[in-house]
Amino acid sequence: MRLEISNVSKTYYSSKGDVTAVDQISLNVEANQFAAVRGPSGCGKSTLLLMAGGLLAPDSGSIQIEGQNPYDLNANARARFRAENIGFVFQQFHLIPYLNVLDNVLAPSLALKEEQTRERAEQLLKKFGLEHRVHHVPAQLSSGERQRTALARALLNEPKLLLADEPTGNLDRENADVVLAHMKDFATAGGAVLLVTHDEHAVEAAEIVHSIDAGRLVSV
Amino acid sequence: MWREIGHRKLNFMLGLLSVSVAIACLVGSLTLLKANDVTTEKILAEKQELVEKEGAALNDAMRKITIGLGFNALILPADQDLNEFYHNNTLSKTMPEEFVDRLAKSRIVTINHLLPTVSKSIHWDEQDIQIILMGTRGEVPLMHKNPKKPMLDAVPRGKMVVGYQIHQQRHLKKGDKVKLLGKEFEIIETNKERGTVDDSTVWVHLKDAQEMLHMQNLINGIWALECHCAGDRISQIRAEITNILPGTQVIERGTKALARAEARATAKKAAEAAKKREEENRAELKQKQEKFSAMLVPLVMFGSGIWIGFLTIVNVRQRKSEIGILRAIGVQSTQILMLFLGKAILIGVLGAAAGFLIGFYGGISWGELPLNTETSAQLFSPDLLLISFVLAILLSGIASWIPAMLAAQQDPADILQEE
Repeated sequence: MRLEISNVSKTYYSSKGDVTAVDQISLNVEANQFAAVRGPSGCGKSTLLLMAGGLLAPDSGSIQIEGQNPYDLNANARARFRAENIGFVFQQFHLIPYLNVLDNVLAPSLALKEEQTRERAEQLLKKFGLEHRVHHVPAQLSSGERQRTALARALLNEPKLLLADEPTGNLDRENADVVLAHMKDFATAGGAVLLVTHDEHAVEAAEIVHSIDAGRLVSV
Repeated sequence: MWREIGHRKLNFMLGLLSVSVAIACLVGSLTLLKANDVTTEKILAEKQELVEKEGAALNDAMRKITIGLGFNALILPADQDLNEFYHNNTLSKTMPEEFVDRLAKSRIVTINHLLPTVSKSIHWDEQDIQIILMGTRGEVPLMHKNPKKPMLDAVPRGKMVVGYQIHQQRHLKKGDKVKLLGKEFEIIETNKERGTVDDSTVWVHLKDAQEMLHMQNLINGIWALECHCAGDRISQIRAEITNILPGTQVIERGTKALARAEARATAKKAAEAAKKREEENRAELKQKQEKFSAMLVPLVMFGSGIWIGFLTIVNVRQRKSEIGILRAIGVQSTQILMLFLGKAILIGVLGAAAGFLIGFYGGISWGELPLNTETSAQLFSPDLLLISFVLAILLSGIASWIPAMLAAQQDPADILQEE
């Protein structure tokens, strides 16, 4: 598994003025690596992550995941590519409010029908200490439980790449450590992790750290 | 989908209500029209029954005329002034008595019995009272018809029948012997009160009257009995009689029986007119209701469609985060589309069921028919049920289509960045 980001740039155009969110950034993330991109709010971290995840096409440069540029695929094929290869975790959890924990974890099975997904979901929930919360809806969970549910959902389809956007942003230290530990475990098990954050504590968990400021990579 | 519905009950219920109202409006309008047709049939059947009843009453009245001495045509000399007759109940002009025989020998078909008469208003000096003297020789049978029992026997010669007012005022009774214009008569009958000129009439044999009034072989008129001249047949009778007896005129004389018959005929005509009016009114009502429905139903459907579309837009906005994450994790846009369209179809199906029930029973109630199994079976239409379901699903589906498409086409990156 290899994520290759080469000279990608992204500019948002608006009447109030154009904003270059990402400017000529290149970085790689290999299998078994836990990489972090740190930077202040609004520096372009999230834009970089969305481009890396096949959700936002860069204006220039290229993204390669396992040698495949997702933006060469049509929308449906790209969606399937994401379902097969990428897991996402966001600061806001993005859990579906009317589904219980188990069904939220099972949501990616809508995109990719595989056998024994339910068993796998149950295993993930057990691994993340949520087996007693299986039938609770997100509103009944703590923030840590919500993020662990979101992480379990991200890992259901056994992705090769885990992209996390401020996953500890709404968590206390204890819960943040739990989530980061699970992400580390994922990398150890052969996955590649790209974390974008402004949280120094989260950065400490990463093996490789990139810093960006005003859309540009400032140090490696 | 069910859990989402359970989570956002208000949105779903409002959508359901909207489809139900639209379908109830359609089904209600059509059921009401059908209920009105049933009511119309019932009302018209009642009116028809009334027409038939009045028709039967008319026939009965005609039968009574036939058996009840219904003098209803009077043949008079052509020069007789009818004003004189109507004002004074006297006839000054005469015609030969032979006329009645000529008529009896003819092949006239519009009348059945003939009664030649002499009549004159005179003062009965012996009793000091003004009377109408009526002389008749009894019925003259029509030669070409089978002999029948005479409907009226002649007063025998030397005998007299006295009207009510006369025998009451002069204290005359049956068996009394009285003198009239110097000639002696025996009273053989005192009539009961009739409330007509008959109460001031004295009947004697035609010959006696002719002698007393010096009118040998002359008569004033011929009563036609049992002639069916109600309605416009009098013109036919006139034509037939004046053809046989030139120099005569024929007038129609109403009797109580005839008046009743005419009243019945009028009632029958009124009933027929009422039936026709009812038909027209019901047709007009139906036309108005059809026009109203033709305007209301599309309007409500359109409004309902707009409302469902609005609710779907609200639902799309509420589910923005859900759409974003589902798209991010690889759910296809068609699957997102189906999430919304599936819900729209469910709203359509449930809305059709609820709307059909509300509209159907509302239509029956509004149509003032009883809410029972018989009425329901009479008005139920499987076609309308099918149309309701198809229309409701189409309405909900089409109204949700554009917002659902927009939801499916949303860029997950935009949503996730917004969040």
